[in-house]
Amino acid sequence: MALSGLEIFKLLPKTNCGDCGVPTCMAFAMKLAQKKAELAECPHASEEANAALGAAAEPPIRLVKIGGANALEIGNETVMFRHEKTFFHPTGIALELRTSQGKEAIQETVKSIEAYVPERVGEDMSTDLFFLEHDSEDGADFAAAVEVIKENSRKGLILSCGDRAALKQGLELLKDDRPAVFLREKLADEDIELAQAFGAALVLMAGSLEDLEAQAAAAREAGLTDIILNLEARDTGELLRNNTILRRGALKSAFKPFGYPLLSRIRSESPFELLAEASISVCKYSSIVVLPAIYDTALLYTLFTLRQNIFTDPQKPIQVDAKVYPIGEPTADSPVFVTTNFSLTYFMVSGEIENSGISAHLVICDVEGQSVLTAWAAGKFVGETIAKFIKDIKLEEEVRTRKLVIPGFVSQISGDLEDSLPGWEVVVGPREASDIPSFIKSVSLT
Amino acid sequence: MTFEIPKETNPGRIEAVTIGATKEQGGTRSSTVTIGGSTALPFLNFEGDIPHPPVVAMEVFDTPPPKWPEALRDHFRDVIDKPAAMAKKCVEEHGVELISVRLEGTHPEKGDKSPEEAAEIVTEVLRSVDVPLIITGHSHFEKTNAVMKKVCEVTAGENCLINYTETDNYKTIAAACIAYDHSLTAQSPIDVNLGKQLNILLTDMDFPRERIVMDPMTGTLGYGLEYTYSIMERIRNDGLGGDRMLSFPMLVNPGYESFQVKEARAMEAEYPEWGDTTVRGAYWEIATAMSLLSAGAELLILYHPESVAVVKGKIREMFATEEGA
Repeated sequence: MALSGLEIFKLLPKTNCGDCGVPTCMAFAMKLAQKKAELAECPHASEEANAALGAAAEPPIRLVKIGGANALEIGNETVMFRHEKTFFHPTGIALELRTSQGKEAIQETVKSIEAYVPERVGEDMSTDLFFLEHDSEDGADFAAAVEVIKENSRKGLILSCGDRAALKQGLELLKDDRPAVFLREKLADEDIELAQAFGAALVLMAGSLEDLEAQAAAAREAGLTDIILNLEARDTGELLRNNTILRRGALKSAFKPFGYPLLSRIRSESPFELLAEASISVCKYSSIVVLPAIYDTALLYTLFTLRQNIFTDPQKPIQVDAKVYPIGEPTADSPVFVTTNFSLTYFMVSGEIENSGISAHLVICDVEGQSVLTAWAAGKFVGETIAKFIKDIKLEEEVRTRKLVIPGFVSQISGDLEDSLPGWEVVVGPREASDIPSFIKSVSLT
Repeated sequence: MTFEIPKETNPGRIEAVTIGATKEQGGTRSSTVTIGGSTALPFLNFEGDIPHPPVVAMEVFDTPPPKWPEALRDHFRDVIDKPAAMAKKCVEEHGVELISVRLEGTHPEKGDKSPEEAAEIVTEVLRSVDVPLIITGHSHFEKTNAVMKKVCEVTAGENCLINYTETDNYKTIAAACIAYDHSLTAQSPIDVNLGKQLNILLTDMDFPRERIVMDPMTGTLGYGLEYTYSIMERIRNDGLGGDRMLSFPMLVNPGYESFQVKEARAMEAEYPEWGDTTVRGAYWEIATAMSLLSAGAELLILYHPESVAVVKGKIREMFATEEGA
């Protein structure tokens, strides 16, 4: 049974020493209760506390890190549906590299992937990992490839190598880089030793739930904590069902052997099919999705955007920066529109102004990412605040236009806004963004 | 093994809705399409009944869409302004089981075609293909009402899916559907309660439950997809949980919405980071369609032939039952 924060607090030293990284024992107890911390972070916990908290404090899905300085964190999810709370750790996207490609080709791919960091609503988006597959004759190729990747990238590595000696050479090069080892065969004692010696996470691969359970139980018994599960799926349907069963097993049945992040390999040759299956993986519980070594930026950009959407916290809408956005190529005499910095509002309004074919200035006010009506109700999108922002950004020096189009939902602020912004005429625009093109045709905005 | 697959059974069942009518049923279609009917979350066939797979439709236009990107236009260049021929191509070459006829050109600001002209276009499409039709209107209340009334009348008995009504404008169209035997889409703006409210209004006027399809309103990838996604998951969970005012199959528009946004259309030269323009629109549409399928979409209107092929293939894969399971 899960313990409450207060029950946990009673078991803690109550010294408020801060060694766990949280200022007070009470605060730490609360984090434990919410499964956002682990008891191991408290160096002074008594054995009694360990015993009592042990199972209760373990998060239902373990947080696993792969990589050195800017490690990818996966797992620690708490819900089946994002609307229940949120999904915490975005799916890590791994690109597969093969030793048979040769050093030059690997280097070239790594370099171009490193350089590909597109931005969307203020977030830099990129792939997270490389998955290195040893598929050439020479064992020495493996360490050589690891070296090339390490020289050109700081992304974490997942190593897949059938030759343990070669794998060990690769791991030697990644001593401080927390790699993961993908097991092509059933877990063996040697794998456990290697993982422990090099601080590597293990990806357990299995063809059935029974097999996966047996391997995960064995790894746990050996004291391994950084485990990732790969249940092979025949097709996208099986992938969806497997992932759902494993996630439920961890969250609802509290079945410990399945309380780890999931890895899915997508093998399709058609980029369209690849994207389709990867989309299901991102939505339905894969913590890592391994893609073949493609360098298709349109595909990656699409998948990055999907991941950004699905892993947005439903409680915290995405915001865009508050400033004046040029739509088309506006001049000092182009019309001026104003709305809020809720990303969706911004996208809709800017898209529709663009659709209308005119150039304009779009003033985006900071209302902490709320939509027009919500922001108005909260007093953040009213005459005074809008006027203040327009003065702060010195819009009057940038444009000669003195007409300001406001969203139709807040027509009631027109008077206040005109009072606070002498010299300007407020024009009430449509309620819905989709009506902007016809609105633009029907009135004079300059 | 000690692990037992945690199966969840649901008290509710999603309404099964059939679109189209054969000769015996009073129409002229050679096939009909049934969606919904499930007692489990999308594709979780190990714990419930999922009798019908989701269905992909394609769309034809009374007026060629002015802003279609070249990558899409290339596939339909010879038929884009001939809805009947385009419908035939979609059915014969791309194998879709349903055609949506979008009557955007009847909007007063987008061509103002008359109800009679619209009816004629729909009749032509009906003649050129033998699959069921979706008739898609727009948000101009008076005009869409007049158009839909006329279209319902001339297609009486065909059980088209009349797409759509909204809370502020449902009576005329719903009454026409009842009078002429058609099904209906109830559209609400990405909100569980508003969706439920419209379903209550419709059932209160004795609109048959087995003819209602919900449209939760599609936000495409990057433009509110996460809202549509979560609202659909909530609607589906509530519907299966026993809320009879939310247990209807859902329709989404990945095609129309995806090909409107900049990401699907802008040239690579202008946005190099976005990659190849010729495939990007289809990618955008596929990611939108696949995520909404996993959230409960049963009827998807798609545009790009590549998306149609891939999404249909993935539906087949996901719908298939495991042997012995």
